[in-house]
Amino acid sequence: MAQTSTFQRRSGFSFLLTDTGGQWLLGIILAAIIFVPICNLYVPVDSFFHVPTYMVSLFGKYLTFALLALSVDLIWGYCGILSLGHGAFFALGGYAMGMYMMRQIGDRGVYGNAEIPDFMVFLNWKELPWYWHGFDSFSFTMAMVVMVPGILAFVFGWFAFRSRVSGVYLSIITQALTYAMMLAFFRNDMGFGGNNGLTDFKDILGFNLQTDGMRVTLFMLSALAVALSYVLCRYIVSSKLGRVLVAIRDSESRTRFLGYRVEYYQLFVFTVSAMLAGVAGALYVPQVGIINPSEFLPANSIEIVIWVAIGGRGTLYGAVLGGVLVNYAKSYLTGAFPEIWLYALGALFIFSTIFFPKGIVGSVSSFKVKHSVRLSLSGLFQRMINRMRQNLKGA
Amino acid sequence: MATFKYILALCSFIFALGSISASAASLEDTIASLVKANTKQKIQAVTVISASGHKRAADVLTAFVGSKLYYKKAGKKVVIIKKAGSTYILFDPLTAKELGQLPKSKLKKIRVNNRIRRVIRGVLGSLTLLSKNPAQRLKAAEAVFKSAAASSVPTLKKALERETDQKVKAKMQMALAATELKTSKEQAVRLSAIEILTEYSVPEVRALLGSVIAIEKDEQVKAAAAKSLSDIEASLAFWNGIGNIFQGISLGSVLLLAAVGLAITFGVMGVINMAHGELVMLGAYTTFVVQELFRTYFPEAFGFSIAVAIPAAFVVAGAFGVAIERGIIRYLYGRPLETLLATWGLSLILQQFVRSIFGPTNQAVGNPEWMSGAIEITGGLVLTYNRIWIIVFSLLVLGLLMMFLKKTAFGLQMRAVTQNRSMASSMGIKTGYVDALTFGLGSGVAGIAGVALSQIDNVSPNLGQAYIIDSFMVVVFGGVGNLWGTLVGAFSLGIANKFLEPFAGTVLAKILVLVVIILFIQKRPRGLFALKGRAVEN
Repeated sequence: MAQTSTFQRRSGFSFLLTDTGGQWLLGIILAAIIFVPICNLYVPVDSFFHVPTYMVSLFGKYLTFALLALSVDLIWGYCGILSLGHGAFFALGGYAMGMYMMRQIGDRGVYGNAEIPDFMVFLNWKELPWYWHGFDSFSFTMAMVVMVPGILAFVFGWFAFRSRVSGVYLSIITQALTYAMMLAFFRNDMGFGGNNGLTDFKDILGFNLQTDGMRVTLFMLSALAVALSYVLCRYIVSSKLGRVLVAIRDSESRTRFLGYRVEYYQLFVFTVSAMLAGVAGALYVPQVGIINPSEFLPANSIEIVIWVAIGGRGTLYGAVLGGVLVNYAKSYLTGAFPEIWLYALGALFIFSTIFFPKGIVGSVSSFKVKHSVRLSLSGLFQRMINRMRQNLKGA
Repeated sequence: MATFKYILALCSFIFALGSISASAASLEDTIASLVKANTKQKIQAVTVISASGHKRAADVLTAFVGSKLYYKKAGKKVVIIKKAGSTYILFDPLTAKELGQLPKSKLKKIRVNNRIRRVIRGVLGSLTLLSKNPAQRLKAAEAVFKSAAASSVPTLKKALERETDQKVKAKMQMALAATELKTSKEQAVRLSAIEILTEYSVPEVRALLGSVIAIEKDEQVKAAAAKSLSDIEASLAFWNGIGNIFQGISLGSVLLLAAVGLAITFGVMGVINMAHGELVMLGAYTTFVVQELFRTYFPEAFGFSIAVAIPAAFVVAGAFGVAIERGIIRYLYGRPLETLLATWGLSLILQQFVRSIFGPTNQAVGNPEWMSGAIEITGGLVLTYNRIWIIVFSLLVLGLLMMFLKKTAFGLQMRAVTQNRSMASSMGIKTGYVDALTFGLGSGVAGIAGVALSQIDNVSPNLGQAYIIDSFMVVVFGGVGNLWGTLVGAFSLGIANKFLEPFAGTVLAKILVLVVIILFIQKRPRGLFALKGRAVEN
């Protein structure tokens, strides 16, 4: 990778200094966090600069997808683990959040039963199943949002990596995992609302979900989550551990022969990635207002991989870019030409793997190398400061 | 036939003597009395008619229950009618002679209500026991078994004496025993009835004995019935187990068909083809198109449509396969994950393509005559012909494929290329050509699978999606690169699934099987029949 130059031990956030793409990304996210709330809440509706609330929610959703793509890029781009079941971790995080919001409905449901959610009343259940206990508490839910996907990934990964299941075999069994989960969550007996899933959410921590302020807050939280996760992922991949991950990606057996316990590295990064996916799911559900078993569809999980592939595998910011761009294109095309979307998506899969194996970011950087264009944000600042210094000296 | 009629007349004569004395003349009176009778009287008349043993008795009662019994407003003469437009053709009830025509307005119907209908059906059951047609006698015996009316015992006994057809005789014995058990007052008769019933291990007898035990007061009968019930249950459980194995083999053969093409493209070539399911779907749609052509141009030869569809599906799916290999996959050899993504994209395009042409709804694919219907092995076990054919067909496909790989020159080249590409190339084998044809072969077999699946599943654009994960599971479970592994994998998954279903339900059984496979792959990452040696590591 062009960005990961020779490794030196550095302290603090210095790993971000050489990360040009990351600086752009963080800069854009920061700008979004500052300007989107202002343009939505304080700019008058008829102004050109007004951002309507539905756009805020839409881009909030894209940002959670971007976070999901980031989590896939962490394992696929840097450790060579192609998970075709990451949608399962995303959905689990979403279900945890959904369960909290179901409990928040209390007696405002159709049946007015404060003890159990509506769909359980409908199924003639008398009391809350044990695994629903604790979801009244926000902090417990937040813990579960990362713990449930994390534990599942840990257990699954423990079995898989220890037996050296890798490559396409791992991809196929992760797909089987999410398929099995989907079948399970479709069952009414599971106690997660079956086919309909969880919906009709009212509020989080007492804040009404329908207000513009809450929508903007969720957008800001999503953006913040993407930024923080990006920094975390960048930190992981530029640490010594990240170096080992890349070694595993490029030659698993050679890394093993060098004495590294490959499975521990894989397990660590797989679990972290699943947790990030869970966070993405938890942010996704309040913004779209529903979570149902179709999130577990194997097709959804494969789609995540294509976001990463289009954006640029193994760059992290490429994944974020891909997550937002492909989903924007999806929203646009499914609205404008519903027939075309599946053709377009299918073509994206084929062309991006054959003609753009490095994705958008990879293609841009080869273009940069060819034409020596500098796009560094810190370089730009540096040059501005230098210019100012010279001006000051001159004065 | 004449002797038969004679015997029939004789029997009914004896029968008539034994019961109410009713001659033809008084039978006419009875029928005539229907005109003014109330429900109770009508029921009595029905009993008299059925007991008369007249050869037309069944026809008269059938006409009565089917609202075809009328009387002329003038003269109150009872007739059986046949509709001919607005006028009715009249027949004499007892002689079946045509009596001319009358407009509807000159006639009045003899009313029949549900209570009367029930009585008529009961007596008709025992009347048709003496029918010439064995199928009708069988039906009658079943009806008597259900109604278990004491009145049918004498007829039943008579019919039993004359019965020559073993199958019908067994049914009659069963009906007689059931009737005696339910209606007889004598303990000895009832005990022997239970003994006879024990020989019939069918769900209906189980239900009958269960209901008898629930209300029985006689301890001895109750104990005998309980013992008989447990015998029947054990026997039913045994046949149920056999049935489960058959269902499992049937499901396994479907999985085998879906997976065997994949065993070539994935197992032999190492190409992850996520569009495999869509090739199956194309095969199913080819069947649909072929059948439509048959319906339009040669409707009388519809039975051959499947025979034409099989090679057609092979060619269509095979051609698609060659195009896919030449157009996409050959650029991606050695990059399995990219192959996976590209072929997934392809599967989306193929699905949407079929959806654009044929629409998103299910298409009706017919079963040819020789594939519909079922054979009943014993009470609890029914095997449908299309399932049996698919089992045979899947094994045939697998056998042919193995022969092809082992015995033909092309099969040899194919194995050579997959084992050592550069060596094969230096020996003068055109590897690119072999790659394309191998992929085409695997895809063609997928198309054939589509023909078989179109006979038991809905033909829709999503058909392939339903099988893709299962097929991969079969191949990975059985062991990559080994057709025997695919066979064992498919059948063991099918049987495991069907044995879990009664305990866990369909969905949970499927989940359990998936989880077991996931765990199994951790234990033996290369499947049941793993290839060994240096070539495996690449």
